[in-house]
Amino acid sequence: MSSVVLYFQVHQPLRIKKYRVFDMGNSHEYFNDEGDSSLNNKKILRKVAAKSYLPANELILKLLKRHKEFKASYSFSGVFLEQIVKYAPEVLESFQKLVKTGKVEILGETYYHSLSFFYSRHEFESQVVLHEKTIKKLFGYTPKVFRNTELAYNNDLAHWADKKYLGILAEGWDSFLGWRSPNFLYKPQGTTKIKLLLKNYKLSDDIAFRFSQKSWPEFPLTAPKFASWVNQINGNGDVVNLFMDYETFGEHQWKEHGIFDFLENMPGEILKHPDNDFVTPTEACKKYPTMDEVDVPYVVTWADTERDLSAWVGNQIQKSAIDYIYSMEREINKTRDARLLDDWRKMQTSDHFYYMCTKWFSDGDVHKYFNPYESPYDAFISYMNAASDLKLRVNEKLNQTHIEHIALQKKWAKSVAVS
Amino acid sequence: MAKNVLMIGWELPPFNSGGLGEACLGLSKALAKKGTNVTFVLPQKVDLHFDFMNLVFANVAEEGTDLVNEAYQSYEVWVKGKKFKIKDAPSGYVAGALKYAKRIKEIAQKAVPDIIHSHDWFTFPAGIAAKEATNAPFVAQVHSTEIDRTGGNSPNQTVFEIEKLGVQSADKVIAISQMQRNILNTSYDVSPEKIEVVYNGASFFEKEKLPPTLEFYKSAGYKIVLFLGRITLMKGPEYFVRAAKRILDYEKKVIFVVVGNGDMFSQMLSEAVNLGIMNNFIFTGFLQGEDKHRIYQTADIYLMPSVSEPFGLTVLESIGNGTPVLLSKQSGVSEIVSNVLKTDFWDIDEIANKVISAIRYPALLTVLKDESKKELPNISWDRSADKCLHVYQDLAQ
Repeated sequence: MSSVVLYFQVHQPLRIKKYRVFDMGNSHEYFNDEGDSSLNNKKILRKVAAKSYLPANELILKLLKRHKEFKASYSFSGVFLEQIVKYAPEVLESFQKLVKTGKVEILGETYYHSLSFFYSRHEFESQVVLHEKTIKKLFGYTPKVFRNTELAYNNDLAHWADKKYLGILAEGWDSFLGWRSPNFLYKPQGTTKIKLLLKNYKLSDDIAFRFSQKSWPEFPLTAPKFASWVNQINGNGDVVNLFMDYETFGEHQWKEHGIFDFLENMPGEILKHPDNDFVTPTEACKKYPTMDEVDVPYVVTWADTERDLSAWVGNQIQKSAIDYIYSMEREINKTRDARLLDDWRKMQTSDHFYYMCTKWFSDGDVHKYFNPYESPYDAFISYMNAASDLKLRVNEKLNQTHIEHIALQKKWAKSVAVS
Repeated sequence: MAKNVLMIGWELPPFNSGGLGEACLGLSKALAKKGTNVTFVLPQKVDLHFDFMNLVFANVAEEGTDLVNEAYQSYEVWVKGKKFKIKDAPSGYVAGALKYAKRIKEIAQKAVPDIIHSHDWFTFPAGIAAKEATNAPFVAQVHSTEIDRTGGNSPNQTVFEIEKLGVQSADKVIAISQMQRNILNTSYDVSPEKIEVVYNGASFFEKEKLPPTLEFYKSAGYKIVLFLGRITLMKGPEYFVRAAKRILDYEKKVIFVVVGNGDMFSQMLSEAVNLGIMNNFIFTGFLQGEDKHRIYQTADIYLMPSVSEPFGLTVLESIGNGTPVLLSKQSGVSEIVSNVLKTDFWDIDEIANKVISAIRYPALLTVLKDESKKELPNISWDRSADKCLHVYQDLAQ
């Protein structure tokens, strides 16, 4: 028996507009580019909605109706949900329709698509709770399986999730798996009940990265061919975990190259084999036992050939930016100002740091493709200027609160004296 | 196989005042290393000797006009510098160029070249003459055009015509950037297929550490922003001064060091005075050799706001000296370096934004420095020579 687990990541960051040093102290809007640039969040969201989210949702709904065994799971970042509520409510509705079928599971993550787990446990937990509340409100659902931003995973994260979730997702990376296969469930080291689902990166990336690559020997990828690869796992594994960005469909891989036709035919082809089916992550956890214990003392992610955090915090500008933003935590919390807190958290979204990545920058590869800024340095400059402005606002607010506090004290002293 | 190349040049370092001489030397040296016999012709005798190529002098300026040691800027600038009125100005460069053509015949015949390769307009008449004398294919390399040098404002017609004649009669034209290829196509009517882009290379990838300078300012916490190049229209000195003003409005502890001479020197100076920021400026005049490298190494950032820069070798020099660069997008070098800051030359605000950010967030300069250095080995003269040999090969067949 081989169960295919589909998980799609749905996320759009709030990109920081070109924010110059001269804007500091004058404008406190960091995410509202309304021009023609690649930093106009609303424009990008609407574009991706038209090219990817809406047609993909329509197709998935059709597939859910066509094949009773077909299932899928999604993880939505809070910043994504916020944007569709505001700019594309029809996208929200179409996702709600999918969830209503009862065959679609939603995973838990941090609201702000952040790497907060590695910087502040307290902040991380607040963001997970916030995300949970949002999912409950919009979909009437409480996540039972967790996936961290960029699939960033280590033992500590599994320990944390053990108390709360049935399962957790990670990259099926050879460095810790060794000879073991990603096509089984595992028990994270030192945990009691949580189960680990590992991405089959070969098959996932065949779709997500290689689908339109003419230089790939397997090009063109067809649904029967893909199904035959899945069938090969039958008997050698319990699950085939296909994890990818949802934007794969229509945005990263184009309709013109046949990605939607592939998606439409893939479930039927897989289900032709009587021993294959589709399950959600929760069902996988309930259905299959763990094979072995895995020990991941270091952070593993789903990015680049290194599969570590170096795409986000690999160089000095990335490190200094992320350190700067987390160094504000105490003061931010002291202000008790919802707007400041929200701006601060939106600046934690991992994409901001990804845009500052200098790995392979001069070779113009995937990092350049995904970068809306002219260069990693432009990304850093706008980020730091905005973060510095935020810091000024925090200081101002704290001074003000301090002054108000003193005024209140004086007033109180006076009233006591009078009485 | 093109074994013998007759290079017709105008200047070579250290008897040079710009990138042309550096480029000719870098390319010739790399070609020689790959087994090419280079005969390099200069218009006038200088005290130079190279073991990798033959140096020949055409003795163009015997009669007293000093042609070398001074790069051609633009006809108008040159005339002004000589304090002549335009209408009765002697056409020194033009006359020199034509005389060069007269003298080249004998040299060319003696050299028996497989390829004639000449550099910029004042060597084009000589290139044409050499081709007539030997029948060897003629490659015209353009390092800068009259359009670049004048910023498109009243280019000298004679110079323009000579340039045009040169590139049109050449069997192949080498441009040093895509940007310049476009200019040659649109303004000089050369079909794009006839033009090959051969980027310049870096002469060194990492300069050894030199003793510091301007220590007084450094230890007092000042940041040093460098201008280095001829102080002339195409280098954008006025944008440098106006950006300096904008930067100083936000960051007081910055010193702007200006290295170079040129026709806009006094204009640059008085602009700094008018804006009330002269105290933050140091003018060093023209520097070369170790002095130049020391200044690069002392600077925190090298700013090249060129209005039109066919290539911009100084950018590679700066990177090799470990100094991060902010360059204008209107430069050829911007097509091949990634780990630098880039702006439009006219965007004073954006220049200031980036320099101020570099001052405030030190990680920026650290990463720019480390990452840009990694790019240099891919921008070597070796690579330029390979491309050049490719051009020769095609012509020799």
